[in-house]
Amino acid sequence: MSDERGIADYLPVATLLRLLLVLTLVYAPHVTHLPLWETGLLVALLIWRALAATRQWRMPPRALRVGLVVASVGGIYASYGHVSGQTAGTALLCLMGALKLVELRARRDVMVMVFLMYFMLVTHFFYSQEIWTSIYLLVSCVAITALLIECQHLGALPPRQTLRKAGVMVAQALPLMLILFVLFPRIPGPLWGLPADAGATARTGLSDSMSPGDIASLIQTDAVAFRVHFDGPAPPPEQRYWRGPVFDFFDGRTWKPSWISRQPLAADAVRYLGQPVRYEATMEATRMPWLLALDLPSDRGLPDDVRLNHNGELLARRPVIERRRYTVTSYPQYALDPQLDARARQRLTRLPKGRDPRTLALAQSWRAQGLTDRQIVDAALNMIRNENFVYTLRPPALGADSIDEFLFDTRRGFCEHYSSAFTFLMRAAGIPARVVTGYQGGTLNALGDYYVVNQADAHAWSEVWFDGSWHRIDPTAAVAPNRIEDGLSAAIDSADGLPAYLAHRTAWRDALKLRWDWLNARWNGLVLGYGPELQQQFLQRFGLGDLRSMILALTILVTGTLALVGAVLMRRAAPARTQDPALREWQRLTRRLARRGLPAHPGEGPRDYIARVQQTHPEWCDALQTALDLYLSSRYLDTPNAARVAELRRAVTAARI
Amino acid sequence: MRREAKKHTARGVSFNPLHLIQARIDAWVMARVKRQPGPIAISRGRVYIVPTRFGSGYALMLLVMLLGAMNYSNSMAFLLTFLLAGLGLLCMYHTHANLANLRLRAGVTHPVFVDEIAHIEVRVDNPSRQARLSIGLSWPRAAQPADTQDIAPLQTATMRLPLAAARRGWLRAGAFSVATEYPLGLFHAWTWAELDISVLAYPRPAAARLVPPGSAGHGSLEASNRIGQDEFSGLRGYQRGDTARAIHWKSLPKSPQPMVKQFQEALDQDLWLEWHALPQLDVEARLSQLTRWVLDAEALQRRYGLRVPGTTIAPGQGDAHRFRCLKTLALYGADA
Repeated sequence: MSDERGIADYLPVATLLRLLLVLTLVYAPHVTHLPLWETGLLVALLIWRALAATRQWRMPPRALRVGLVVASVGGIYASYGHVSGQTAGTALLCLMGALKLVELRARRDVMVMVFLMYFMLVTHFFYSQEIWTSIYLLVSCVAITALLIECQHLGALPPRQTLRKAGVMVAQALPLMLILFVLFPRIPGPLWGLPADAGATARTGLSDSMSPGDIASLIQTDAVAFRVHFDGPAPPPEQRYWRGPVFDFFDGRTWKPSWISRQPLAADAVRYLGQPVRYEATMEATRMPWLLALDLPSDRGLPDDVRLNHNGELLARRPVIERRRYTVTSYPQYALDPQLDARARQRLTRLPKGRDPRTLALAQSWRAQGLTDRQIVDAALNMIRNENFVYTLRPPALGADSIDEFLFDTRRGFCEHYSSAFTFLMRAAGIPARVVTGYQGGTLNALGDYYVVNQADAHAWSEVWFDGSWHRIDPTAAVAPNRIEDGLSAAIDSADGLPAYLAHRTAWRDALKLRWDWLNARWNGLVLGYGPELQQQFLQRFGLGDLRSMILALTILVTGTLALVGAVLMRRAAPARTQDPALREWQRLTRRLARRGLPAHPGEGPRDYIARVQQTHPEWCDALQTALDLYLSSRYLDTPNAARVAELRRAVTAARI
Repeated sequence: MRREAKKHTARGVSFNPLHLIQARIDAWVMARVKRQPGPIAISRGRVYIVPTRFGSGYALMLLVMLLGAMNYSNSMAFLLTFLLAGLGLLCMYHTHANLANLRLRAGVTHPVFVDEIAHIEVRVDNPSRQARLSIGLSWPRAAQPADTQDIAPLQTATMRLPLAAARRGWLRAGAFSVATEYPLGLFHAWTWAELDISVLAYPRPAAARLVPPGSAGHGSLEASNRIGQDEFSGLRGYQRGDTARAIHWKSLPKSPQPMVKQFQEALDQDLWLEWHALPQLDVEARLSQLTRWVLDAEALQRRYGLRVPGTTIAPGQGDAHRFRCLKTLALYGADA
């Protein structure tokens, strides 16, 4: 078929090289999450195609091309275990685009590549929706469009020209994009269900179990966990414990949730005291069902798909695979579980058998001294406070009896070590206890009046039951009190493993970070969070709440914008006005004559033309002669003369034709 | 209209509904295209536009993107989809504006011999300050434009439509389309125009040495000179109709154009090219032979006259004379 099109489909080498350049631009952000072999193959194919074009190598035979395709699909399958879904699908799309290069030889093939690249742009948004990504992709979009423009032309066009045209067109499309974005009716997704790996990039965050080193590894990422806007004054730092997964089962190394977490919180199990704190949280995707809430959340005004469970955790029905905004009312003061029955008591004091004998012995010695539960708690805290415990991100590795080794030998650990050991110690003394993970603290962003809680604020503490309620006991506060008051970087230094981004802080960098975070928060709220609910809320303000008026407004605005751009384009495409004012007046006269059915013949000069008209229409003889003389003298004889042109204008106007 | 559709079927493109729409518009328009002396200004209202195959593909791609964006509730995917949708809609206006307000005029079209390709010249003026890119001219139902050019602001492009001269006489150029798919190739904008252009097709010259004109004189043979094979008299440039045997192959690699061996008995009297000298031939063959003789005589710079039934052209020489003779031969038997 390409033979039939012949020269019109010829692909200039310059265009092909530009295609490769744009393709590189489109591929670049994907490199971070493609398997290494695929990145290598993509680079190799790009380089090979560039060399093949410049050195005029032959295209590989069909059998080899088919073999390559089969091998790549096999490779994707080997890497991911499937070829559909989000990540594998994206990887396959990238690979198919590069393999298309192997058989690409006509301009029409470039059109297909252009569509493929537009599509690849969308897949980037599975991985990142940051402001930077969007700007990068907008630039890529202009580059792809420039390439598409070049395809519509025989022979390569200068890139400046195509980029300019593409830039203008994309700029003109931006208002249309905004109108469609705001007004196009949104329906709550998903339409057909999400693949298993949807939101796969959201990997950082608390997990559904806790082993030594888990929280410490979270600290290493400079990512936002959630942002909170308080309705009233914010609670002080020592009350800002954000409750996440609660674990009440210990296997000797790892803390896990038990079956009880599936139970809802009974109405009579909790008594809220003091003043409520109301706030709106925007949580980043975690792929976990937990929603973070200030200790202890109530079930007042919770979203439909969220419930408060037996352990005081907020659980969504589905894992949070995209950024989520929710409003919660919490009570910093509360009494939870006034009664614990024997079964609960047994569950909450259970320990793995035959492990950590020294810890068990210590707890039982306290018990033997006849200390009350509260006194045992204090004794444990005093031990951590007064003996040589160190709060560090670089704890030594622990063996089989990890609690024993930590409490009596190494004495160096991060919050998960302290909370784990403390909870163990309590259980060993027969006191019901559990581990709570979450975040502690948060930084005020005065610009946006919200608190941002980072992964660096991840924390773990203990909950101990005595005197008819659960009590939050934070053993970390005993070893490093300033961790609670001032955050991690105050409690630990870089020798103890503080990440570089926390260690090298300066005032201006913090200020910059604050502003950037504010911008991101606005972006998240207004752009990324714009879904069915926000659209409804926003459009209601303009009386466009219902679907019909939404579509009507959409149609009117899109049509209006298009008409406006169309009018501008038609104006530019209109015949240019002549620069010479005398000629302009003359054209005015000849247009009037032409309307009378007396157009000038091609190649007929003004003199002959007027003479011809005068013969057939003697009644216009004088007027035409005056105009002709004035025109000829001002155009051909005299130097430019405004007075004479004005005279000509009057003569033309006066002529009764 | 039905005939049009059938032709498309024959080419196997009628499965595309867009082509059917285009064919219907064409049939409607073609019935109304008026032959005009020009210039023809392409007004906005006369520019027709339909999506191309790639335009439909683009729409399909956007639909898939939109469904994906809905499924994943991904705001950025929505934004990109809407940006591309806006781009596609705008492309329609840009393509339309790329064609609107162009002016078409007849250019200079040179006569040709039968079986040659005439190049119908059309001047396309761009009266605006906006460059027009990839403007194509094509005959009806051609898969590809015959000529595609860019027209700079306030400039004129001279574009050529090839027309095979199948018979002698005046050939009417007929309607042609002016089309563009620039800038994005998603839309095909076109219009039909018929300029009052005719091209004169001379009879096909006979092979060089069928009958020497020297012996062609019938009672009026003043000259006995003839172009024959008697004496080699030199080389001359190749002309249409020269036989391959006459070509001087040895000089071919050296000279820019093929040379032809010439044999001549030099004489200096007026030459009469006579219709009646060729009684054994039918009308068209006679015209062909006379055409050959006109060309040869002109090449030899001889004075020659032409006598065909109803017309006698007194001996003369030069381009104008040659044109008169050839035109007479071309239009022999025509009503006009």
